[in-house]
Amino acid sequence: MAANRSTLLQSNRAGWAMAAPAFLLMFTFIILPFILAFGLSFTNQRLFSPNPTEYVGMANFRALLGFGTLTLEPELDAAGAIVLDETGDATYPALRGYTRNNPDYPKLQGMREWFSFDRGDKRTYVLARDVVFMKALVNTFLFVIFVAPIQGGLALVLALMINQKLKGINFFRTIYFMPVVVSIVVVSLLWRFIYDGNNGLLNSLLGMITFGAFQPVDWLGNTATALPAIMAMSIWQAVGFHMVIWLSGLQTISPTLYEAAEIEGASKSQVFRYITWPGLRNTAVLVLIVITMQAFSLFAQIDVMTQGGPIDSTQTVVFQAVDRGYGKKDIATGSAISVLLFVIVLSISLIQRYLTREKNQ
Amino acid sequence: MSRNSFWRYVPLTLVALIFCFPLVFMVMSSLKPTQQLLTDTGSLRAFLPVGDISLDNYFDAFKRAPVALFLFNSIMVTSVTVALSLAICSFGAFAFVYMNWTGRNVILAIIIATLIVPFETIAIPMLMIVNALPWPSTSGITIGWLNSYQVQIVPFIADGLTIFLFVQYFKDLPRELIEAARVEGASWFQVYRRVVMPLSGPVLATAAILKFLAMYNQYLWPLMVTQAEQYRPVMVGLQYFFQLNVVWGEVMAYLSLITIPVLAFYLVLQRAFIASIASTGVKG
Amino acid sequence: MKHSIIAGVLAVSAGFAGQASAQQALTMWYHGAGNEVERKILEGIVADFNGSQADFAVSIEQFPQAAYNDSVTAAALAGNLPDIIDVDGPVMPSWAWAGYMAPLEVPAEAYAGFLPGPIGSWNGQVYSIGLWDAALAMVSRKSTLDEAGIRIPTLDAPWTKDEFDAALVTLQSGGKFEYALDLGMAWKGEWYPYAFGPFMQSFGGDMVDRTTYKSAEGVMNGDAAMAFGNYWQSLFTRKLAPGTSQDPADRDSGFADGKYAISWNGNWAALGAVEKFGDDVLFLPAPDFGTGPKIGAASWQFGVSANSEHKDGANAFIAFALQDKYLTAFSDGIGLIPPTTASAAASINYKAGGPMEAFYALSAAQATLRPVTAGYPVMAKIFEKALSDIADGADVATTLDAATDEINADIEKNGGYGN
Repeated sequence: MAANRSTLLQSNRAGWAMAAPAFLLMFTFIILPFILAFGLSFTNQRLFSPNPTEYVGMANFRALLGFGTLTLEPELDAAGAIVLDETGDATYPALRGYTRNNPDYPKLQGMREWFSFDRGDKRTYVLARDVVFMKALVNTFLFVIFVAPIQGGLALVLALMINQKLKGINFFRTIYFMPVVVSIVVVSLLWRFIYDGNNGLLNSLLGMITFGAFQPVDWLGNTATALPAIMAMSIWQAVGFHMVIWLSGLQTISPTLYEAAEIEGASKSQVFRYITWPGLRNTAVLVLIVITMQAFSLFAQIDVMTQGGPIDSTQTVVFQAVDRGYGKKDIATGSAISVLLFVIVLSISLIQRYLTREKNQ
Repeated sequence: MSRNSFWRYVPLTLVALIFCFPLVFMVMSSLKPTQQLLTDTGSLRAFLPVGDISLDNYFDAFKRAPVALFLFNSIMVTSVTVALSLAICSFGAFAFVYMNWTGRNVILAIIIATLIVPFETIAIPMLMIVNALPWPSTSGITIGWLNSYQVQIVPFIADGLTIFLFVQYFKDLPRELIEAARVEGASWFQVYRRVVMPLSGPVLATAAILKFLAMYNQYLWPLMVTQAEQYRPVMVGLQYFFQLNVVWGEVMAYLSLITIPVLAFYLVLQRAFIASIASTGVKG
Repeated sequence: MKHSIIAGVLAVSAGFAGQASAQQALTMWYHGAGNEVERKILEGIVADFNGSQADFAVSIEQFPQAAYNDSVTAAALAGNLPDIIDVDGPVMPSWAWAGYMAPLEVPAEAYAGFLPGPIGSWNGQVYSIGLWDAALAMVSRKSTLDEAGIRIPTLDAPWTKDEFDAALVTLQSGGKFEYALDLGMAWKGEWYPYAFGPFMQSFGGDMVDRTTYKSAEGVMNGDAAMAFGNYWQSLFTRKLAPGTSQDPADRDSGFADGKYAISWNGNWAALGAVEKFGDDVLFLPAPDFGTGPKIGAASWQFGVSANSEHKDGANAFIAFALQDKYLTAFSDGIGLIPPTTASAAASINYKAGGPMEAFYALSAAQATLRPVTAGYPVMAKIFEKALSDIADGADVATTLDAATDEINADIEKNGGYGN
């Protein structure tokens, strides 16, 4: 490839001319607004306000990311024994006494518990200035870690399935793609019926399969199941999208290669390993990057189905950006969140690019 | 052979069931009165056209909202954007893949990085920008694009995903063809037009479908920039159905209606491009 | 030329093409898209107004309610507001503070004798007036309560907290209902502060200290608020009410279907209950949780945009729309509470002996405004999240503390919202 490139003459003027329309449009409508948002993240800009906008430095970022720790001794009774609660665990003083108006702990003012762990008798609390945002970060990462590989892998399997030469295969191609065709907002509305805790389709179906042994679950109303439920639905909805990308990649592989392999008696797995997969290299990079970025911008499902609840178990970074920017009229914080997201995803894609490049060359 | 292919259909069919059940539910529900629709969700009846079946929900949906207008607006805005997007993005991607020019890699990296920016987070600055842009009209230059079709089209013509799709696809095309054409004296535009585009059926179809979906499902932006009903698209129209006491039958009818154009578009494209290209193969 | 064509089109749509060229065009935005009845009544008023004088011709642009506030905000950012704005009562101070709205210049006689809820005042000036008010009631059935031996409360003697709680427990343990109480947890958004804020106030708490509007400390997280929070949570842990994942369809039809014994609901939904249960249906006052029974006041209202070049026309239209016959028309059409005694007496549902007469008295006796400050929309969001989280089992004190901090931080970031 490098050798090929060198044979092409430098063509600065033509190159710029051909790329210019696309780049100018993107500059005006994506890059410039983002630069503006970047600037707003260092101010106190509100969605609307008669007050002047002021530069506040890193204050928005500190408010989002600030955290601290606090280690507490268990509570002792008059005799010096550890006070136990009903379940036999040690009890600790309420955090409220340290994080609210306590002059001895000015740094902890307004912080909340994010999580805690015990070491010996002592319990260490990790406190965050913005627990909701921390939870949003964690949930978003969980979503990406589960959804990206499963969705990408399933999409490839489906693409291979519908790349067969079979009668009526176009029918299946259409069906598999149908969830993508329907807007995610619509899909989320439909799946609310499916996940309903009372007489939802999923509960009825599981009840039928287990002959009534299955206890109905309030899928979206339970902190343990809400995020996995949204993951499952998201995979279901978007897998066809990546299937189509894989499929267009598969179709650039010449059939003559497969014919040759067949003549040589290659097994199915050999064909995949030596012909299909190498032929999909550029497609794989594309799918990986697109899937990761889409997963990071999880928003519509949350907005329609859970609004971040129950108890923040489905908060995500983009949902928070929108919630702050529009809902709470705090455009500055909303912008700060999008800047943070940008930095995070950019770092990840650079790592991905580095890793994929190393293997390929 | 026939026995063999039967077994190949079994997994295909099972997977198909998983993918179509919510949509079957949607269409079936659109034929039922709301009360029945809601009780049916608890059983397999949700997927069957049983009970009190009629098209009433569709008639009521048309009464509640100017559905035809919304469909027209969405299809108009979407098709124009898709057409312009395919042209401009493939043109740009061509320059990134086949041509050597200073700044190429930096610009491409920036374009791909824009994929990270969720639209919701830049909508407000974008509103400020379109509100300050000029537009030629019959009465001279006017400032501000609000309440128009162009405000829903122009900002979305070029996007990172579409360019990236073309770039990755072009990289797989045989370079010898391009070089041969150049050696024969073809201009860059001729190479693009006569050599690359005819080989780009699959990626054109993919990019067209994905762009169509993204445009057709727009909600936040049209809500912000179209105060006049005359320009509203289908997803904003969906809100007309969320009154107190939601008539779910009508919602399902509306959802079914607005899904038809996208499905039709996909079917047309897949016939036109994917099927034919699959048999030829372009890679050496 | 172009201008007169536009004016002509606008006038035709309002039904008075003949007078088009002489009348100054005014625009009005309304949140009723998708609601045919509401649309027709408003269009009727507009047609009457345009025909009643020669100076102004109003045209309406309808928006779906769920998208309305966002549309207005975007339009305001782009300097594109109409002359006459439709605004939800509690949001008005925020828009007035932001400079979207101008004080009304409607003669006070035009709204003399109105219930207090529909009059939108902020900073000592009237900015908006509503053609109706809304009120909430504990909707139940006489037969249900009689059978369970529960006293039917009155405005003078509402249920006390203990009485209310005992009634819920009795109804729940009776086993006839899925839940004793339907709070409408499926209705997200403004419903939470509107419907549940007054409960907290009745306990003695609030979203913000209303004497200064500068802090929520000790109010949103004081002892009274904590007591409310604990009681609120207990409604769900004891399974007396469906929680945040209530099916929206159950909210709409659960009471009529006999799933719930009591439904905390608005007068706008009352017509359905009356149709279903006739005389058996009861609209009961809110319980007294300690500092008196309270319900939310103020619904959608009309105001004048600060950027309007024809404020006189906009004010004239609003004054015109406040006639009793229109108040009655809205009430008859969509079940809202007419704001004057005369319009109530002329209405189908609120006249003496009418099926929803009780709501007029409820509105007059119990209505309490949501905090009248530009910071309200943000407080409302914070309050909603706090109540959802507590209902879902979050720690009460931690949640209310966090909500308090967030409200205070927001007030500080906004320089006190002009208070």
